[in-house]
Amino acid sequence: MLYPPFRDVHRHGNDCDVVMNEHHSAPPAGKPKGPLDGIPFSVKDNFCTESMETTCASRMLKGYRPPYTATVVQKLLDQGAVLIGKTNLDEFAMGSGSTDGVFGPVQNPWSYSVQYRERAGADAGWTIAGGSSGGSAVAVAAQTSFFALGSDTGGSTRNPGALCGVVALKPTYGLLSRHGLIPLVNSMDVPGILTRSASDAATVLGVLQGLDKKDSTTIPPPATPTHLPEEIDVRKIRIGIPREYHAPGLSAETLSQWTRVADLFEREGASVEPVSLPHTQHSIVCYHVLCTAEVASNMARFDGLEYGHRSALEDSTEALYAATRHEAFNDVVRRRILAGNFFLLKRNYELYFMKAQKVRRLIAQDFARVFHGGVDVLLTPTTLTDAAPYRQFIQEDNRTRSTQEDVFTQPANMAGLPAVTVPTALSSRGLPIGLQLIGPALHDTRLLALAAWLQKRLCFPRLELAGTWAEPGDVGVAPGLQGALQGHT
Amino acid sequence: MAASLVGVLAVVRNVSVKRTVRSKCLISSSHVCTRRLGASACRNAKAQVKRSLSQELVGVVGLEIHAQIHASTKLFSGSQVRFSSPPNSLVSFFDASLPGTLPVLNRRCVEAAVMTGLALNCTINKKSLFDRKHYFYADLPAGYQITQQRLPVAVDGRLSYGVLVDGSQNHVLERSVRIKQIQLEQDSGKSLRDGHRSQTLIDLNRAGIGLMELVMEPDMCCGEEAAAAVRELQLILQALGTCQGNMSEGQLRVDANVSVHRPGEPLGVRTEVKNINSARFLARAIDYELQRQMAVVESGGTVVNETRAFDFKSGQTIPMRDKEGLQDYRFMPEPNLPPLLLYDQQTAPMDADPTQVILIDQIQEQLPELPRVTRERLVKTYGILPEHSFTLVNEDDLVDYFVSVVQRTKAEPRKVIGWVLKDLLGQLKQRCLSTAQSPISPLALAELLDLLEAGRISSPAAKLVFQELWKGTGRSAEQIVEQQDLGVMRDHGEIERICQSVIDSHPEEVRAIRGGNRNVLNKLMGRVMKQTKGRADPLLVRTLLEEKTS
Repeated sequence: MLYPPFRDVHRHGNDCDVVMNEHHSAPPAGKPKGPLDGIPFSVKDNFCTESMETTCASRMLKGYRPPYTATVVQKLLDQGAVLIGKTNLDEFAMGSGSTDGVFGPVQNPWSYSVQYRERAGADAGWTIAGGSSGGSAVAVAAQTSFFALGSDTGGSTRNPGALCGVVALKPTYGLLSRHGLIPLVNSMDVPGILTRSASDAATVLGVLQGLDKKDSTTIPPPATPTHLPEEIDVRKIRIGIPREYHAPGLSAETLSQWTRVADLFEREGASVEPVSLPHTQHSIVCYHVLCTAEVASNMARFDGLEYGHRSALEDSTEALYAATRHEAFNDVVRRRILAGNFFLLKRNYELYFMKAQKVRRLIAQDFARVFHGGVDVLLTPTTLTDAAPYRQFIQEDNRTRSTQEDVFTQPANMAGLPAVTVPTALSSRGLPIGLQLIGPALHDTRLLALAAWLQKRLCFPRLELAGTWAEPGDVGVAPGLQGALQGHT
Repeated sequence: MAASLVGVLAVVRNVSVKRTVRSKCLISSSHVCTRRLGASACRNAKAQVKRSLSQELVGVVGLEIHAQIHASTKLFSGSQVRFSSPPNSLVSFFDASLPGTLPVLNRRCVEAAVMTGLALNCTINKKSLFDRKHYFYADLPAGYQITQQRLPVAVDGRLSYGVLVDGSQNHVLERSVRIKQIQLEQDSGKSLRDGHRSQTLIDLNRAGIGLMELVMEPDMCCGEEAAAAVRELQLILQALGTCQGNMSEGQLRVDANVSVHRPGEPLGVRTEVKNINSARFLARAIDYELQRQMAVVESGGTVVNETRAFDFKSGQTIPMRDKEGLQDYRFMPEPNLPPLLLYDQQTAPMDADPTQVILIDQIQEQLPELPRVTRERLVKTYGILPEHSFTLVNEDDLVDYFVSVVQRTKAEPRKVIGWVLKDLLGQLKQRCLSTAQSPISPLALAELLDLLEAGRISSPAAKLVFQELWKGTGRSAEQIVEQQDLGVMRDHGEIERICQSVIDSHPEEVRAIRGGNRNVLNKLMGRVMKQTKGRADPLLVRTLLEEKTS
């Protein structure tokens, strides 16, 4: 493996060798197979990869080797792209910190940057990578992969993208196949694309998008090409600033970056205007209901019979189910299953699930109205703050954290819209801050063009890594920082 | 009609509260079954029963029928559908619920459901939805079944069927049952209990096969009606080709919702009778359950809402171990399947991929002739009795056989039907053979009937020839008549000589006839026919005998 310090990548050494050898043993004769031929990439470990362990960072799927490959991964392999590893996540993608998986937490490479060390001080603890696609974001940020696939249900690609200082695209729902993506919430999940530049994201999007007969929810991609224009004229563009995104907990630094970028657009001739998305305030609650309901349903298949962990307790089929699920799911997963089943009970269905669906439609209508009114794109923060130190982050439970962290990102999932986070600046602590662009459905490429335009002007600094690295296997803390961390407890 | 009503009514009247009667009901000629009928058994009797026995309990029966769609692949996956393949040999990744797999709707299954809906006079919903129904069961790998709970593909239909009542004459009573809905859903796998090793073995070959669940309103009142309705449905499905309808292979599975009440009062608490896996047991299971409930109610007890299984060995229904009390299926929309949209030629989107569009009116145009129409056509075209048309249609291939004989013979269809139903079908049933297995081809029978029609053989001789043909020696009727000398005697003098010898040897009888007792002539006729091995023309014989005894 290329880069040792992080626990972001589970190292399936042999599997990776096989893939790489396959590639090298059959070099393309003169002509590349596609724009990504030979490009190394990583995949979040909730995408199925044939005969390669696919765990969802859960004991439930430890050792599980699927007999097939997810459509999006297969498309990349067919292009000659080189899969170098599967990346860590929160168990079954349930989380916003990549701290709740069976392999342990993912560390943010910016924790080890010169910038962080200098500004936050030598005793600052390592910070989370964001989640749930933390491993994929780290793989790109730390340059172990040219690009990576994440999944985005409520912000799981954009959140770690923002916290790790990379570009992270949540495409329009249905534009990319979900076949082979182990679901969290089918009606919101999309494969996400993490890259260092928006134009790379556009290239990957061009390869991945399209109808898949194995996923009935895929939609035909727009006819327009996905490669980005050299330069765009922002003077005809109307930027909406949603009032409701001035949320409690938004850090002053993030707010000031938001203002800075809005000003930048205005200076360059774009029209920047406040807009209202009145139902946003209800979005996270409804997201929680819909999410847990689908989780309860999707997790029902993990019973230990066909695949995955099976308890040794075999007194009866029911006892086997209960023991298997208790042993192999973490608390976060089990709590969501419990909540979801509660919402789906006959007596509660109307009260919670139906109501949440209604509000979901209202949220989608909010966006539709704004875009219909001529606004081309919405500019919002991606997260409330920069990355929190791990010790601080785990003071709150997963549910609380998800509610806080997904607040700006999940409305786009509720409405199925494309959204991209663009690394904007470093905070006073030397950690990345990202801003989010949300566009109308199928305007993914336009969104990326605007993101590329921004990237050109923002001059986001490179990650400068410093010092020595922790050995894999321990808590994953740089040796020099251990004392400081203990001081936190 | 009146005669049979009285017949049934009399049966009912004779029954005091708990009594049951053995009553012969003819569902079809192939199923002449003797079954126990509840006191309330048939609707035709009900109105009249009500007047005389206003406190009489009557049965109320509704059905839920699962019909396996006849398709080469499963509802949401590309796995093959085949009966009796090695366990777990027809299982795709989706069928085994491997994580990350998604359902892809099988067009053929939708077309089959639409076609079935149209044949049952349903309203086809141009938009229908799929839902997940959750429960943990070993043969349900995903932990949920994909079904259509909220908005099924077809609603509000009606199935008309006939109940044959066996009285002094056969009568067909017209009945109809409302179809509440037809929904598409997945079949489950099969659990096999290996008590020896205390294991449960799972076979997923069946998991994910397309089912049409048909819900019939409680418009039936006894097992006999339910059985007749199911039989008619079976014929319709087979005519459409949407389900093979074989109950013993599980292609058609019937659950019955059974309750009893006094007319005018609210419906009673119902039980669900499951495990009825053969047409033979359907009526018996329902009637047993009706009687059981009547006995409970009459002895002052209450019927418990429960699921009961029919045990064909004992002929009883027994309570099933309930799946941990009250089930909450936690329905939710299936997020991986967009709404199922159906169109007419008028409304079809112009730019749509034709492989992705199903046109309701086009399917309507393609509907084959339904059994009801076939029967009407047979009655009208060939002048046969309605009940004969039922029998013909009820038997696989028998309509074709009959028509084929009619087309090849000069004999009247009304004569042909007797031979086909009484002689041919009688023999087939006796030997448990299907029409296709008949040793006598339509052509062979037609030739035989032609000989009879042309007066070359007599009726009794024709029966003998039929017996010979049945042996399947390959000889034609003509050859058999020739070889066994069964042809009608053409020698007038010879017949006259035999008549004379019979008269000469029966002086007593001749005297009686001459004394005015004409009936005795038949005895002499019999003698002559015996001596001629039935080959003499009976009319000629009678004329000769009359001449000689006058």
